[in-house]
Amino acid sequence: MMLPALITDNWYDIRDLGNLSHEILYQLNRVLPDGLVYVIAALLGFVAAFLIFVLPSQLYVGVLGERKIIGRIQSRYGPNRVGKFGVLQPIADAIKLMQKEALTPKGADKVVMWTAPIIFVAPAVLLFAVIPFGPKMVFADIPAGIIYFMGVSSIPVLAAFMAGWSGNNKYSLFGAMRIVAMTISYEVPLVLALLGAVLLTGSMSLQDMVWWAKHNHIWLVFVQPLAFVIYFICVSAELNRTPADIAEAESEIVAGYLTEYSGMKWGLFYGMDIGYALAASAFAATVFLGGWSFFGIDRWVPPWMIFIGKTHLFYLVFIWTRGTLPRLRSDQLMSFTWKFLLPLALVNLVIVATEKTIWNKATDGDLDAAWVFIFAAVNIVLAAVAVYLWARLVGYRPEDVPTKPRLVKEAGGYIPAPAPEVR
Amino acid sequence: MTPGIEHFLIVGALLFCIGLAVALSKRNAIGVLMGVELMLNAVNITLLTFSRFSVSERPITGQTFAVFVITVAAAEAAVALALAVSVYRNRETVDVDQMDLLKS
Amino acid sequence: MHGFGPSLAFWVLAILTLVSAGGVMMVRNLLHAVLFLIVTFLGVAGFFVLLSAEFLAMAQIVIYVGAIAVLVLFAVLLTPRAGRDNGETRWAGPAVLLSVALLAVMLFVIKDTHWSTVVESPELTVADLGRALLNRWVLPFEIASVLLTAALIGAIMLVRSPEEEAEDALA
Repeated sequence: MMLPALITDNWYDIRDLGNLSHEILYQLNRVLPDGLVYVIAALLGFVAAFLIFVLPSQLYVGVLGERKIIGRIQSRYGPNRVGKFGVLQPIADAIKLMQKEALTPKGADKVVMWTAPIIFVAPAVLLFAVIPFGPKMVFADIPAGIIYFMGVSSIPVLAAFMAGWSGNNKYSLFGAMRIVAMTISYEVPLVLALLGAVLLTGSMSLQDMVWWAKHNHIWLVFVQPLAFVIYFICVSAELNRTPADIAEAESEIVAGYLTEYSGMKWGLFYGMDIGYALAASAFAATVFLGGWSFFGIDRWVPPWMIFIGKTHLFYLVFIWTRGTLPRLRSDQLMSFTWKFLLPLALVNLVIVATEKTIWNKATDGDLDAAWVFIFAAVNIVLAAVAVYLWARLVGYRPEDVPTKPRLVKEAGGYIPAPAPEVR
Repeated sequence: MTPGIEHFLIVGALLFCIGLAVALSKRNAIGVLMGVELMLNAVNITLLTFSRFSVSERPITGQTFAVFVITVAAAEAAVALALAVSVYRNRETVDVDQMDLLKS
Repeated sequence: MHGFGPSLAFWVLAILTLVSAGGVMMVRNLLHAVLFLIVTFLGVAGFFVLLSAEFLAMAQIVIYVGAIAVLVLFAVLLTPRAGRDNGETRWAGPAVLLSVALLAVMLFVIKDTHWSTVVESPELTVADLGRALLNRWVLPFEIASVLLTAALIGAIMLVRSPEEEAEDALA
């Protein structure tokens, strides 16, 4: 049976798997007692979203792909010993972690130490419940999807704090307090940047954002470039990725809040670091990059493939910044968010509110799409101008940042006197 | 048994009384604050129960009030914890039994 | 609120919330008490979802679990070890009696009143909440923002050490 050209409502059309799952759940609902079908739906959603999509992505893109790409950025091969081109490396990692002894230090708080990885894993799985993979493939399209993301992403912070404090170790406590202070500071511009996106589309539900992008034939990243950049920086700080990974700074505080963890408990933290990064990438792909829509191609090509491609593209930018940028100091990070990102997010909000009002008034209620392109062009220019002017005002001067290495003598540095020779 | 208005109100009342017991009986100042937060959460549950179940022409008022309760609770928690830390710096203790300078 | 799902959710959440609140009272370690408080906040957020207020549930998680619980944890870590045993004052007995008495009064009132209720939930969206906050209740909204600013400034001023104050004093 040939697949027709456009995506239909038949259950065998694999390009929109929502048809298949709706059919299965409908048949089950007629058979099972009342309400039990929700449990089956939850299990099915967990299997489909997490076990089939996230876990292989995590292993292959997150572990192997990341290490190979960072290796290439640093002029070396990544892992290439286990299997041809290192393909079996994630499996080797998993086997190693599972057979390692998961130590618990003597004075540590056992219950808290055991529950912290569990609390860290749960939000990364929960985030995939609201993300639409296709026009009908969303598990729970709640009308407060964006603030659901904010709520769920403040729980791993507590898990990291519990992990750091329960280890009975000063380095862990340092790491825990640093990560908590940094994360709650970076949540503020994140919410404001997402609020700009909510203002423009008029709804907080993620499926509505994708329909908005499809209806107006433009992605939110072009209409709101400043919000996208702020989102990217704040999310990479929330995920503790370089350049903002002071929580797990290997050269500074041993391993931060993960010092006392070994074996599969550490494996859960590490894996969910990547899983949570994938969830944040999926969220950005939905809100900013247009979700499963691609200017009309999504009526032939399976939309979930488009969506998975966009998620991995965003994750590639994460890997790229990790391989390229050095780590920032704690106080540099704090002043960056409070003095630079927060005012920019507020400026973005004012610009978006103004534009939405103009849009409403000019088209008398029914918003047609032509205005959005004008707004996109204006916003890109305004974003560049705002960033440049605010950086100048805060005190950043390009002359202070050298682009070529200079000798210590010319840069005015200190050269210690040579040690006397010992015969 | 379908939960009706009485079930939610009973949960709110229980939570309020547990919060009251915690607030009145803890020795640590931060423990007292935890009791106060429990009481504010119980009040929020009650407000939202009435917003959902009552016959009213403007049922959104319950949710609005709950938003304000959350806001004020956040502000009060920040100030109360700043006070507790400041008292610790001056008096070397956060025991509410020992903060009795105003006693005759 | 018919059906098996909401009923099961209500009983599970009720047991979780009340047992955690009891845990805040009973546990002998202050940090464990704070963790039980966090579980209570999550249970209350679940109740908000059951009462058709999803935005408030998520706001509760962001504000209470994400910010207030973190503040309490920081304050616990900045105060001495001696007070971390979560002990009770000597008024603990009368306090429990008082709260039991209040509970009895409230339960009697709840059971005795004839509540006039609606069965289906009113269709309230986030847009309705926004409209209410900006049209009818705009004055409390603005005063709440002034209150938050005052609390922010007050909290910062309270925990400044004297050297920082001397540094910033107007000469």
